[in-house]
Amino acid sequence: MKTKTKIAAIILPAVLLFFLLFLLAGHSNWSLLNPKGPIAQQERNLMVVGISLMLIVVVPVFILLFTFAFKYREGNKAKYAPNQRHSTKFQLLLWAIPTVIILILAVINWKSTHQLDPFKPLISNVKPITIQVVSLPWKWLFIYPEQNIATVNFVEFPQTTPVNFQLTSDAAMNSFWIPQLGGQMYAMAGMSTQLHLMASAPGSFAGSAAEISGQGFSGMKFTAKAVTNSDFDSWVKSVQARRTPLGLAEYNKLAAPSSNNPPAFYSSTDKNLYNNIIMKYMMPTQGIQ
Amino acid sequence: MSILFGKLTLAALPHEWFTIAGTIFITIMGIAVVAFLTHKKLWKWLWKEWLTSTDPKKIGIMYIIVASLMLFRGAIDAGMIWLQQSLSVGVSNGYISPNHFQQIFTAHGDIMIFFVTMGFLAGLWNLILPLQIGSRDVAFPFLNTLSLWLYIAGAIFVNLFFVLGGEFAATGWLALPPLSELQFSPGVGVDYWIWSLQISGLGTLLGGINFLVTILKMRAPGMTLMKMPMFVWTSLCSMVLVVSIFPILAATIALLTLDRFMGMHFFTTSFGGNPMMYISLIWSWGHPEVYVLILPAYGIYSEIVATFSQKRLSGYGSVVAGSIGITLLALLVWLHHFFTMGAGADVNAFFGIMTMFITVPTAALVFNWLATMYKGRIRFFTPMDWFVGFVFTFTLGGMAGVLMGIPGVDFQVHNTLYLVAHFHTMIIGGALFGIFAGITYWFPKATGFTLNERLGRYAFWCWIIGFFASFVPLYILGFMGATRRLDHYEASTGWQPLFIVAGVGLIIIACGALFQVLQIIVSIKQRKQNIDKTGDPWNGRTLEWAIPSPPPVYNFAIIPKVTERDQFWADKASKQTAKQVYEDIHMPKNTALGIYTSGFIFLFGFAMVWHIVWLAIVGLLGAISCVIIRSFDEDTEYVIPADEVAKMEAERKSFYG
Repeated sequence: MKTKTKIAAIILPAVLLFFLLFLLAGHSNWSLLNPKGPIAQQERNLMVVGISLMLIVVVPVFILLFTFAFKYREGNKAKYAPNQRHSTKFQLLLWAIPTVIILILAVINWKSTHQLDPFKPLISNVKPITIQVVSLPWKWLFIYPEQNIATVNFVEFPQTTPVNFQLTSDAAMNSFWIPQLGGQMYAMAGMSTQLHLMASAPGSFAGSAAEISGQGFSGMKFTAKAVTNSDFDSWVKSVQARRTPLGLAEYNKLAAPSSNNPPAFYSSTDKNLYNNIIMKYMMPTQGIQ
Repeated sequence: MSILFGKLTLAALPHEWFTIAGTIFITIMGIAVVAFLTHKKLWKWLWKEWLTSTDPKKIGIMYIIVASLMLFRGAIDAGMIWLQQSLSVGVSNGYISPNHFQQIFTAHGDIMIFFVTMGFLAGLWNLILPLQIGSRDVAFPFLNTLSLWLYIAGAIFVNLFFVLGGEFAATGWLALPPLSELQFSPGVGVDYWIWSLQISGLGTLLGGINFLVTILKMRAPGMTLMKMPMFVWTSLCSMVLVVSIFPILAATIALLTLDRFMGMHFFTTSFGGNPMMYISLIWSWGHPEVYVLILPAYGIYSEIVATFSQKRLSGYGSVVAGSIGITLLALLVWLHHFFTMGAGADVNAFFGIMTMFITVPTAALVFNWLATMYKGRIRFFTPMDWFVGFVFTFTLGGMAGVLMGIPGVDFQVHNTLYLVAHFHTMIIGGALFGIFAGITYWFPKATGFTLNERLGRYAFWCWIIGFFASFVPLYILGFMGATRRLDHYEASTGWQPLFIVAGVGLIIIACGALFQVLQIIVSIKQRKQNIDKTGDPWNGRTLEWAIPSPPPVYNFAIIPKVTERDQFWADKASKQTAKQVYEDIHMPKNTALGIYTSGFIFLFGFAMVWHIVWLAIVGLLGAISCVIIRSFDEDTEYVIPADEVAKMEAERKSFYG
């Protein structure tokens, strides 16, 4: 009786709690479960496959745990075998079941890791666009080398076009993340890392800095906007038409610490800016502080 | 910088509300304790019987008391983190500055790992390991008291910034560079972090060596490796990890110290420094460290499930093999902490697969615990409740963890609250529940009376319900894209209700902790009713239950001979009583040199924080001198003559009937 109450006492509140939380959370907000690009989609599927496979072991564990706790409690007078020994066969089985599941997961792991390697360019007929990303204290700078424009805390790109992000940092380390498009990649000073993402449809997606990088990092948010090709072209033109070039002096000002920066747009930029920012950590570079 | 005071100026005195509050709290508590001890004239007793003691049973109790205080401190941090995250939405910026918030979660993490979990475990090792292997002492009694005092020095260090300096590291609990370098963290916060970890880490390393040798060399005759109780086995595995990885921690932090103190460039971003090296090194300590914490808990659960099922542990050999497997695999998975740092797919996949393979030995352990319950006769005392709660919680947390072993998934949940929820599930649901179970289980052994069951049960239910209420929202927040360590977020994210639910969970956990405090107080008051005269309140199986509670200073009047795995269980079944022939017993004398050595090392650390060169030299020379003095001291033991032992044993018998 007592144990029965106990089991109910564990399971009921747990179920209620989950239910309540689902209601509170509102399903549309679960960005990881609402992917908007092929990479995030595959990563979400991996989660589902992984969880399903593991439940094969986890569910029986729960059932056995509560059944045994209930059945073999002292008051119940079930069969009692204090000196029972289990056969080697039984032990082999205990090791074999998880081994098989983990072997399956290992194959999935190996394949998916190579498939989803963030450094690997996406296969597509569409010509990719390159966007260079610099983590600054505490804002994100996006440089478009082909379009010769730059933005802060806002990045726009055409839909269904592979985006080749190149990442570096001109400050502490950070992690660049657009949850609905795919996983993170670190941005580190003196190095260039890569992240290949794509949006399947137009939309605005939240982007963030996932690694602590000092006081203002929680305000280091940006919007990633996927638009149609023509919208992108006209947006680029509108930015180019502004008279706000990103020269060295402006860059040095931008690179100084400041928090919660609103989006900013630069009509032109130095072609070598990204490389110079990286090289600054290798040797003295002209102009960059 | 002055020669006399280094960087230390009057500006270091408390001037912000939290440092002033902290200082006032520390001062009031200090005055209260001093007044109490002086009033009751307990100073001499405290010094002679406790502080300078080399008796592992007393050292263990002191560890547990300090760890409990630190748990209180870490819990206040948790509450402050939650309050900020519940309030700081949209236009509101909460009640503390981002920098202060970052200091709080840094301190919270360090305190909970180094000073709570490690402290409790060191306490249980001291209390129980010598008893379980049928030994009178540990291998190196002086090292043991030194370990304790280094741990306490580290614990003081982690709180010292309240009084002097005003800031702790604001970098996250592992102080990853380049953020922890002078360029980004010019204050003394990171230096306090460095020396609190360096000093307490040294204590842990010495303790690890001590218990490793104790287990290998001081077991009762006949106790072969495969006859050791499971807690001894998993602790041995834990010690092997400690001696393998704590030198890495010490070296890594030392290199960071050189960067900060001497302007070197091991981990800076320029002049050839490489922060990635630090991250790789610190995690090659940091991941095995998780297993240092969890393996002993596995041992505790193994003891408890066998005792309360009144049945031998199923698949002993399998459980031992599983523990060794976990130990080895623990050293091969650290890279999964930075899949997102840009290593190639081959490297990521290798470490991901290794990570998932830890599940195999772990599952073997869980299945064998279940098999132990099968056809057992389970008595549900609170330790067993904690066990059931653990299996439930830990299995879920393990699943969450294996999922992150797939790099493709990790890219999405890395650095999110999902990760935060996962490791809290493992450390609270795994290690801490195990510690609570162990403390309840062995409390009568250490004190001579059992804990109040009813209050213990209340505490258990509060903890487990509070735990789920607190951390299920965090898993969900992770799926919603909430990263960790945020001091502020936008209202449009819809995260606030979940943070508030998490806070309610925290309050429920706090009730659980309150019940635990009540439980101790009530149990002490009712100790006459709950007295354990048999020394064996749970119908135990291993040697610690064969001696009276609390054990005499020498533990075993006669060193037992071991022929069986569950020796005491077998003895009870055969009803044989060995002949009582006593002999002279050699015991270590108490020594204050552990305190002095640790005191000098504390001074050294303090001087290094504030760049006071002369004091650093004094501290270093002082510590080395103390150790040299100790090594020339040949009068470190005293003898309890055989007839004295006989007399003490007879007195005990007449008292307990």
